[in-house]
Amino acid sequence: MSLVSRLAEKSWETPGASPAVGGSDRPPAAKVVLVLYFGVAAVLFGLVTSAYLMRMGMPGMGHGEMGGWRPLAEPPLLWANTITLFLASFAWEAARISARRGRQAGIWAFSAGLLGIIFLIGQLMLWRELVAAGHGLRDDPAAAFFYLITALHGVHVLGGLYFWARALLGLGAGPGVALRIQLTATYWHFLLFVWLVMLGLFVAT
Amino acid sequence: MATIADDLTPLHHPKTWIGKYVWSQDHKVIAIQYAVTAVSVGILALVLSFLMRLQLGFPGEFQFIQPDNYLQFVTMHGMIMVVYLLTALLLGGFGNYLIPLMVGARDMVFPFVNMLSYWVYLLSVIVLVASLFVPGGPTGGGWTLYPPQTILEGTPGASWGIIMMMASLAIFIVAFTMGGLNYVTTVLQARTRGMTLMRMPCSVWGIFVASIMGLLAFPALFVAAVMTILDSVAGTSFFVPTIISMGEQTGHEGGSPILFQHLFWFFGHPEVYIVALPAFGIVSDLISVHARKNIFGYRMMVWAIVIIGALSFFVWAHHMYVSGMNPYFGFFFATSTLIIAIPTAIKVYNWLLTLYRGDIHLSVPMLFAIAFLFTFIHGGLSGLFLGNVSVDVPLSDTFFVIGHFHMVMGVSPILVIFGAIYHWYPKITGRMWNNTLARAHFWITFLGAYAIFLPMHYIGMLGVPRRYYALGETMFIPDSVHYANMGITIAAGFVFAAQFLFFTNMIWSLFRGPKADPNPWGAASLEWHTPDTPPAHGNWGDKLPTVYRWAYDYSVPGAPRDFVPQNEPPPAAGPGDVKP
Amino acid sequence: MYVAIGIALLVVGSILFHLFSPWWMTPIASNWGSIDTALEVTLYICAIAFIVLNLFMAWAIWRYRHRPGNVAHYEPENAKLEKRLTLWTGVGIAAMLAPGLIAWHEYVTVPDDAAIVEATGQQWQWAFRYPGPDGVLGAAEVAHINADNPFGIDPRDPYGRDDILIETNELHLPLGRPVKMVLRSKDVLHDFYVPQFRAKMDLVPGIVTYFWMTPTVAGSFDILCAELCGVGHHQMRGTVVVEQQADFDRWLAEQMTFGQVLAEAEARGVRLADAAPAARPSGRAAH
Ligand code: HEM
Ligand SMILES: [Cu+2]
Ligand SMILES: [Cu+2]
Repeated sequence: MSLVSRLAEKSWETPGASPAVGGSDRPPAAKVVLVLYFGVAAVLFGLVTSAYLMRMGMPGMGHGEMGGWRPLAEPPLLWANTITLFLASFAWEAARISARRGRQAGIWAFSAGLLGIIFLIGQLMLWRELVAAGHGLRDDPAAAFFYLITALHGVHVLGGLYFWARALLGLGAGPGVALRIQLTATYWHFLLFVWLVMLGLFVAT
Repeated sequence: MATIADDLTPLHHPKTWIGKYVWSQDHKVIAIQYAVTAVSVGILALVLSFLMRLQLGFPGEFQFIQPDNYLQFVTMHGMIMVVYLLTALLLGGFGNYLIPLMVGARDMVFPFVNMLSYWVYLLSVIVLVASLFVPGGPTGGGWTLYPPQTILEGTPGASWGIIMMMASLAIFIVAFTMGGLNYVTTVLQARTRGMTLMRMPCSVWGIFVASIMGLLAFPALFVAAVMTILDSVAGTSFFVPTIISMGEQTGHEGGSPILFQHLFWFFGHPEVYIVALPAFGIVSDLISVHARKNIFGYRMMVWAIVIIGALSFFVWAHHMYVSGMNPYFGFFFATSTLIIAIPTAIKVYNWLLTLYRGDIHLSVPMLFAIAFLFTFIHGGLSGLFLGNVSVDVPLSDTFFVIGHFHMVMGVSPILVIFGAIYHWYPKITGRMWNNTLARAHFWITFLGAYAIFLPMHYIGMLGVPRRYYALGETMFIPDSVHYANMGITIAAGFVFAAQFLFFTNMIWSLFRGPKADPNPWGAASLEWHTPDTPPAHGNWGDKLPTVYRWAYDYSVPGAPRDFVPQNEPPPAAGPGDVKP
Repeated sequence: MYVAIGIALLVVGSILFHLFSPWWMTPIASNWGSIDTALEVTLYICAIAFIVLNLFMAWAIWRYRHRPGNVAHYEPENAKLEKRLTLWTGVGIAAMLAPGLIAWHEYVTVPDDAAIVEATGQQWQWAFRYPGPDGVLGAAEVAHINADNPFGIDPRDPYGRDDILIETNELHLPLGRPVKMVLRSKDVLHDFYVPQFRAKMDLVPGIVTYFWMTPTVAGSFDILCAELCGVGHHQMRGTVVVEQQADFDRWLAEQMTFGQVLAEAEARGVRLADAAPAARPSGRAAH
């Protein structure tokens, strides 16, 4: 039943009807929560993006020009980190497929998480590089946004590592494993997706 | 986790008192923890409002209220009322208690996260209250916390207070997100057999949509809070342009104060409905049960909730008509704002049409519901003035605004909350409250609140601005305004005092109240049909209930009683005789 | 029972309060009659809704209160009725929105012949600036502010030399002439608000905001700050004096220009133009 037809139900007309409604056909709750959280995170990053554009001086907002905005250069490390996150996502995908086919997913899942950690370390190095190049928080709004956005994204990566650890600990634990790996993989794909959008923002401006 | 689980074993059954009542994962205990905490800070906010009223009614008489204190009172009062009391109580309190019981679930889908949500919320309250005691005191920047003012000397709490406030809000948002994800998933996943979406009571609908809205709106406040902290501590210039403070340039450059306002109101407007929608839902159920009549136009009521929820993300800048944003935005936001009035008006009509040709039992919950209708009609209509761009120009930032939003999102939801507490008290505690005290509480609160907030509209029409410590000498404010202010303060004193009747009644009845009937109002919805009253951990005994009808089968022609419980099978239907 | 009477009495009481309370809008002193009209249209439509809905409620409560033998009518919904109500609500809403939007259109459309006057806010006082004979305000920025140049006018901008500076809280306006009020803030948000003018707009640091109006009544009026700006917010007062053009001109001629300020500073050996920070393309306040 489509959502619209479910919302159009004249529920008073059918006393006694189909008490079986709901139940087995529902997706697992963890999956639902994950999708909902994607909504929350999408709003979060979407709002930071619009704040970024507005602060840059998007025309039409009635703010005049904004002082002090200097575009940020893209150091090579940025691209290296992006590739690391790509690889992490790839490893998760491999882990997901193996787990679904009932094969050993451990090695893939393990390396996926390691790649995530490398990504985070890379981001920290990127911060140090930027600071060393004189991009402080204080009078470089583009850099300030960069730190803010990478920090928000980094916190989400940390969350991904938490789920990674739980997935690794639960590897031996029977039927739930495939689902757990699948959801963690989806989350990491989402991290990559958000990162690519943010990267696009940095590169385009 | 299986979604329809008759099996009780997965629930974590604690053995010790601490496990049962402190580190509890039972949604009902968490609900009460949320409610008690929210009401406790709410009392603080109430006391602050009375202190403000003392200053406004008797300016200069109370030496301990200086201009900076006044602004701190305004700010803490506003923020506590909106976020830490109403949002927490309606979603964390009522949402937690009602959702699983009303949809026929054993508990929230993620009980542990639910528990965590409460403790993080408590942490946010502790940080908030701690800000009262830091050097410089709490922030006095107004509940809207507009920079640059909030982080500059010249505003109380500009160094510590504001950071504590922002940190507390960020923590609150984390707590809310954990709770909100749980509420939404529980409604989607854990409805019992036969509980289709359109068989859910309006209360669940209101809380459900409000939770989704909260999930999508609070990130804006989160971002704004983090960026404000950075501007204040790290010297970034997100919101602060080049300015002079205390004769010196602050070193900021190029930030946009209006950017903050967009972020704030992208949260702030939906927030109004995060508070209003649960109240809308709950009051629909109160009216329906006590008028012994189905809620009129149930489908329209549900759609209206959904439509209001969606539209309210497109109206935020109606708080910014005179903020200096591009003035042409005014056309769009005025139109979208007035369009929201249509589904809102439909809700009002349907409440009234539920009363019409009903069998109205004027019990205390019903009295509060009726009072809600009155104040909500009043506040909703005064909102049209403020939404209608050019009319807002003279009225914005005056006491008209104060009168309006107290009526619509202060008094109205609070009246619903009182009604709801009286309504569900017998289910929650198993005892009944004292009717005389309850009626006295009702009349003083209702009439007193109207006496407080009606005159404020008129003082605002005259042009008295809000957030003014004192009116001082002016050429346009007649002396009579001072008498009005005195009168308002006296009315506020009565309302303040009347709340002791309420608390006395609640606490006394908890121990001494007569044992309540399991379903004293003859309600049809599921929460009244638990095997135990108060419901035990797991809610439903061995087997989850099966739902056969919507939540509003009242006064159905031919039925033996004037209500049919949701889980009562139709008389003719045997087990094999189920329509598809 | 009592509650039905109570609701009816509150409706009657609210009407009486409206009619007899001494508090209502101040007599208007500007061209913004259209705002008042929009407000009145909104008021009447809302008043009708308020009275009808609440009296209906009071009547329904009284008429259908529980008595032995009273049975509620069973009617889940009535799509036709709901559609009709929606339609009429829409009509009411459109009827109040139209005058509101029309007035707003006027509000955001500054007439070409409007004189320019600048109001500057700082915690917690007002200052004003007139463009002088050239009719153009010199570029100004917070970065230029110092003890000798409290307005932050760019000392190198030739348009600024004849600007007339008023550092008291008193603003003068000629009667019957449209003015565009240009608004700047040095520190936090403020809001320029004269109740009798109906108009109002925030002062936002970093940008220049504006509104326009035509004073139509001679006399003096309070200027209030209507956006919270710190502990002195309630004391941030000014006065606007609306007077005949001749009186206004006489008053204006007595005031200091920025050129005089520069000369005075120079006599003391301070060269503002040198003290100014490196030129940035600003032109923000240049109109
Ligand atoms: C008897 C109950 C109440 C009284 C007497 C009261 C009184 C006041 C007063 C005097 C002000 C400050 C007006 C000013 O100077 O600007 C105020 C502000 C406010 N109140 Fe209440 N109030 C009450 C209940 C509530 C409730 C239930 C809410 C929940 C929505 C609420 C929300 C607010 C907010 C958001 C502000 C604005 C704070 C600001 O300007 O930053 N109040 N109230
Ligand atoms: Cu709003
Ligand atoms: Cu001010």
